[in-house]
Amino acid sequence: MEPTTTSYLVLAALLFGIGATGLMIRRNPLVMFMCIELMLNAVNLTFVALATRFSDIDGQTAVFFVMVVAAAEVVVGLGIIISIMRRRPGATVDDLAELKG
Amino acid sequence: MLDVIWLVPALPLVGFLAILLFGRRLGEPGAGYVAAAAVLGAFVVTVGAFFDLLSLDEHHREHVSVLFSWVPVSSLQIDMALLADPLSITMALFVTGIGFLIHLFAIGYMHGDPKFSKFFLYLNLFVLSMLMLVLGENLLVTFLGWEGVGACSYFLISFWHTRESAATAGKKAFVTNRIGDWGVMLAMFLGFQAVGSVSYSALNGAAESGALASSTATGIALLLFVGAAGKSAQLPLYLWLPDAMEGPTPVSALIHAATMVTAGVFLMTRMNPVIAASADYAPQIIAWVGALTALFAATIAVAQHDIKKVLAYSTVSQLGYMFLAVGTGAYVAAVFHMVTHAFFKALMFLGSGSVIHGMHHEQDMRRMGALRTVMPITAGTFIIGWLAIAGVPPFAGFWSKDEILLFTLASSPVLYVIGLVTAVLTAFYMTRQVVMVFFGEARWESHADDHGAHGEFRPHESPPIMLFPLVVLAGLSVVGGVIQLPSFGIIPDGWRHRLEDWLHPVVEPGEAVIKGTAAYDAKSWLALLAIACAVLGIAAAIAVYAKGRAKPFEPELLARGWRYDETVSAFMGGPGRRAFDAVARFDSGVVDGAVTGTASGVRSVAERLRRGQTGFVRNYSAVVVAGVLGILIWFVIIRGVL
Repeated sequence: MEPTTTSYLVLAALLFGIGATGLMIRRNPLVMFMCIELMLNAVNLTFVALATRFSDIDGQTAVFFVMVVAAAEVVVGLGIIISIMRRRPGATVDDLAELKG
Repeated sequence: MLDVIWLVPALPLVGFLAILLFGRRLGEPGAGYVAAAAVLGAFVVTVGAFFDLLSLDEHHREHVSVLFSWVPVSSLQIDMALLADPLSITMALFVTGIGFLIHLFAIGYMHGDPKFSKFFLYLNLFVLSMLMLVLGENLLVTFLGWEGVGACSYFLISFWHTRESAATAGKKAFVTNRIGDWGVMLAMFLGFQAVGSVSYSALNGAAESGALASSTATGIALLLFVGAAGKSAQLPLYLWLPDAMEGPTPVSALIHAATMVTAGVFLMTRMNPVIAASADYAPQIIAWVGALTALFAATIAVAQHDIKKVLAYSTVSQLGYMFLAVGTGAYVAAVFHMVTHAFFKALMFLGSGSVIHGMHHEQDMRRMGALRTVMPITAGTFIIGWLAIAGVPPFAGFWSKDEILLFTLASSPVLYVIGLVTAVLTAFYMTRQVVMVFFGEARWESHADDHGAHGEFRPHESPPIMLFPLVVLAGLSVVGGVIQLPSFGIIPDGWRHRLEDWLHPVVEPGEAVIKGTAAYDAKSWLALLAIACAVLGIAAAIAVYAKGRAKPFEPELLARGWRYDETVSAFMGGPGRRAFDAVARFDSGVVDGAVTGTASGVRSVAERLRRGQTGFVRNYSAVVVAGVLGILIWFVIIRGVL
């Protein structure tokens, strides 16, 4: 069966849902980070699929921006997470609640 | 000397600074001489300026000297500028001239005071402020001087501030004057709003050309009169002046008789076109307040025992005459009476100072008597002052009072009768004072025990430095009338209305206004009537106090000044105080409450909202997801977008 645009979109929705669920239920900062990446790439998938469907280059351009920003975010975010883990091994995100109101 | 008119205020300023920096080193009597020399210098410059103005054509007798731009704020442009014209030079002449004489007197009077140099510091500051007041080219410069003289008056009334009564009197004067200052400030704002300038030429020009609306002119005139009533001690704000006698006597003579208290009259005269442009009731209010003050204060003076209190109430009464003149349009007469009053009232205050000095600080007239034997010069000069104020020709006071009464009759017979009754009372209480102090039997010997520290108590004549000013002022009180003699048959033409011709550019024609009225035609008879009144008052007082033909009529009510003071205190202490407390409560409760209530409301709401900031990332993400789901449900299911 030839994959249609709809199947790409369904896959993207599934991936986004997995990412969002993971973000809400997991406590390991590294895993939560991966969930965010999953959500970002699910969105990328919808961009690419719809760009092909409508023969419009703009969707692919947006994907490039998302990837660049995601890369930058990974650099910063991973740096923060690693330095937290060094200082407090085994810390979960619930332990990092110093800024609560 | 017109080009260096700035020297007039600058010299007292230099004197002030010199005493400020080196006062303690100058000591006594050096500081006094420095101060007196500064004022004498100012006097000499003023005389020079006077002759310069005199040599000019009548319509060009006005010299504005701009020192610097003071308040340059877009449309509000106010210069620090001095105006030398006949009115301001007249004022400056007697401020510096009499000021110099009083400085000399004070050198003798303040002898031995531990704060000798500080006294002259304030005195020079006062002269500086007074000169700014009279020479100012706009209302703001005048107001600077106005506040300056007020502050100096406060310093000098409470000069002996360790005495509770002196400190209180100073505060009273200051607070009462603030009410007047409020009026002057509002008048200034109103003038600026209407004309866009506070300079006299602009305001008076607008009033003369009719550009100033009658209602605005009325507002300005009445607000200025509030200020004048405060500064010049008119009803209902007069009550600070009798208390101001707590200050040293030279201060009473300089500030509270000759110069500062006439500032209100000066201001009204300066703004006379505005008064002319205002509604008819504005000058009438001024005239009535003046007349009632004159009568009211004269009745109080009849029953006073303190030698200075009599003179103080007399000053209030005479200032009432000046406002009566202003209100009836007799500006020349007002200025004339201001000048002659400055001569004889300064003379009598200095004379009373000489008596107090000779009596070792005894002020109660019931303990004096027969002082003419021990203080002949003081007594002689004081008697000249008495004849002048009582209105006996040819002394100075007769001419000025007569002119005021003439204008009053032309405007209202009721006011004239009040003025005449006041004249009788004036002659009466001044005679009473002279008899009690200088004639009769010596009552001071019976109180010799009170002065045991001095050993044998004996009053003594004052030193020459105190007598010299008395003699000069006595001379001026005799001949002061020549500056404005009326147009009677026997007086040569060249001697008539000198002051009126001199003031003509500033003040609208004087006698022309009432020419042709019945009062003007009967002026010789009016003068005789005024003389009869003076003689009546004098004779009555001699009969009562010298001959003992009748028991003195001095009811308690009058001695306490109609209980006006007590009434004001009772009101301010009782209902007034409660009203102010209520206002304060309203302020702290409602006005402040609105502000603090807003702040505390925001705070308590924020207190609750911050609970939402849990610090748990998963919590936040759940909220975001819930929000996204909510938006999706809204668009897809409810709005049916897809």
